[in-house]
Amino acid sequence: MIKSIKTWILVGFASLLLVACGQGGGGAGSKKSKTLENTKKAGFVKCGVSQGLPGFSNADEAGNWSGIDVDVCRAVAAAVLGDADKVKYTPLSAKERFTALTSGEIDVLARNTTWTLSRDADIGLTFVGVNFYDGQGFMVRKNSGINSVNDFKNGISACTNTGTTTELNMRDFFNSKNISYEPIAFEKADEVVAAYDAGRCDTYTTDKSGLAAQRTKMSNPDEHKVLPETISKEPLGPVVRQGDAVWEDIVRWSLNTMIEAEEYGVNSSNASSLKDSENPAIKRLVGAEGELGAAFGLDNDWSLRIIEQVGNYGESYKKHIADTGILPNRGPNQLWTKGGILYVPPAR
Amino acid sequence: MIFKKFNIENKKARDLIPQAITVLALLSVIIYFATNAQINMGNRGISFGFGFLNQEASFDITFSMIEYDGSHSYGRAFLVGLLNTILVSVIGIFFATILGVIVGISRLSDNYLIAKVAEWYVEIFRNIPLILQIFFWYFAALRALPLPENGINFYDISFLTIKGWYVPKFIWTNFNIFLLSVIAAFIAIYFVNSYATKQREQFGKQIPTTIISFATLILLPLITFFFLGVSLTFEYPVLKQLSPTVFTYAGGVSIIPELIALALALSMYTATFIAENVRAGILGVGKGQKEAAASIGLNKNQILKLVVMPQALRIIIPPTTNQYLNLTKNSSLAAAIAYPDIVLVFAGTALMQTGRAIEIISITMLTYLTLSISISIFMNWYNKKMAIKEK
Repeated sequence: MIKSIKTWILVGFASLLLVACGQGGGGAGSKKSKTLENTKKAGFVKCGVSQGLPGFSNADEAGNWSGIDVDVCRAVAAAVLGDADKVKYTPLSAKERFTALTSGEIDVLARNTTWTLSRDADIGLTFVGVNFYDGQGFMVRKNSGINSVNDFKNGISACTNTGTTTELNMRDFFNSKNISYEPIAFEKADEVVAAYDAGRCDTYTTDKSGLAAQRTKMSNPDEHKVLPETISKEPLGPVVRQGDAVWEDIVRWSLNTMIEAEEYGVNSSNASSLKDSENPAIKRLVGAEGELGAAFGLDNDWSLRIIEQVGNYGESYKKHIADTGILPNRGPNQLWTKGGILYVPPAR
Repeated sequence: MIFKKFNIENKKARDLIPQAITVLALLSVIIYFATNAQINMGNRGISFGFGFLNQEASFDITFSMIEYDGSHSYGRAFLVGLLNTILVSVIGIFFATILGVIVGISRLSDNYLIAKVAEWYVEIFRNIPLILQIFFWYFAALRALPLPENGINFYDISFLTIKGWYVPKFIWTNFNIFLLSVIAAFIAIYFVNSYATKQREQFGKQIPTTIISFATLILLPLITFFFLGVSLTFEYPVLKQLSPTVFTYAGGVSIIPELIALALALSMYTATFIAENVRAGILGVGKGQKEAAASIGLNKNQILKLVVMPQALRIIIPPTTNQYLNLTKNSSLAAAIAYPDIVLVFAGTALMQTGRAIEIISITMLTYLTLSISISIFMNWYNKKMAIKEK
């Protein structure tokens, strides 16, 4: 009997694979947004976040999430449901995040995720924009005497997260420098930090913002420093499932609204008073002109609610990244008008 | 008339109908899941296929038993993970068995201290979740090890540090000849043993097989060193400075702390269950057997070896097979401490980089199934061999 059960399981798997192999191309996205309907019905936005990365998505003791990634979810909730607090957060490991999104467990993934071609094109995902321009760097102990990546020598051990672009960049980098290294990849960021902190590895590599944030978790943050070099481009941004163009647009323009609001000096405290501004761009942002919300089935105050309840990008950055001491300098994440590379298409 | 055949009174039909219904139900569930997956994947524009196995993996792995770097394929990475899973399982099973047998016998010892220590060991280690034990060994016990520059030194040939246990590397010349000689030795031992058994059974002659076996196993390979050009040299690990305060060891072989922690946790945990199996097996042998053995003048060791153990083994083997299977499956917890087993490398990194969840998880599940069934088949064969043979 045992034998026959095993046979059945095998047969079952074989047929599962066969049937799945035989399936054809993807279906076309409909004009109506199923995700939007479901979100309105449920009364909350299902949002995937990290398991705890200060500045991006981190929960306090009471379980309240905050961070610039969290603000993207809050913006979508404000636009769609009228209340930025109506978000259900699902903490995800790097490994789980895409499956959670494609399987429908979450509808927005705002989890410091790097936009790459293969992720965008190959696995049923769509990146809607960039909410943080990052790059990979290295952290070492201050007393190590390593002041630049050029001081790395054969045999160095490097800790990182598994299932990330970091793991791939690390290889590209060490290969290009012709350095043999020992890669140690953990599933959870906390385990990477613990291993590096204990001396299991000589350097810890991930996105520079991540390094700055994780440094605050070390037993003695002052003993560590981030090397000046940046070895990769890491545009981090929110992701949605492929196939729901309307929902994709809602998330994209929720983020763009925050950035555009900063550009025009609209913030959470002055937004409602700008309804009779002279500038038509500002009037459009606060919903006093045009019918922009109708394009994706929302009312005209959707962008005003985002700015009022969540704030513009600059406010979000200041609150979560700058004031927490993670990266006081905005670097590339400054508006294009102020020397950065934040540049969004106009909301009109 | 035809219904008469399927009359409920008909025993054959009565047996067949529930089975047929079960099979149908099972099939429809499978088909439902498969179609569902197919439709959903189609809707989301996810393709399906195994072509990715030939693509370049482009990630490195800490520890591999075969040649591997990121320029190899995902298929090769799968193999690396599989071999690492097998390695830690084999090490775990080996030590769990030895420790389990010792502890199991100790629990029945007349010596109060030994019996109590064994009892406490079993009660403590089998009652703490395995994942916590893995964390304990990795994040607590091994973290107490010194940095490379202060490594625990074993006669300058081996060093134990937080970065791993550095041991000498074996450098062989003509390893094939050496390997052949070992195989030849085992074949010789097999023939000597069967000859000895025949002699004993037919003429009552005792041949000291243990000594002969050991001698063959040592002498035969040794000969190859002197006459067949086999030689072995060692490459010792040497401390290497990477920067003013960063050190590592170059040369030699590094046994990574992740492997040590995982093997320790798996064998310590599983040994408790094996110990209980051993104890149950020994207690399951009738008292009369021991008394009869004692009455014909066998000493304590002989009683254990010749009378109790052969009978106890029949009770011990089946539940111990379960423990071996558990250990192998539990090795998948490796991912928690970055030991590059199949779950971390393939169902982790490779899954993430390719996004092929259904393909990769199916392959991984089938792999564990195959591993487990192989162990089952082997242990069933061994069990049959040990079973009472009616003469």
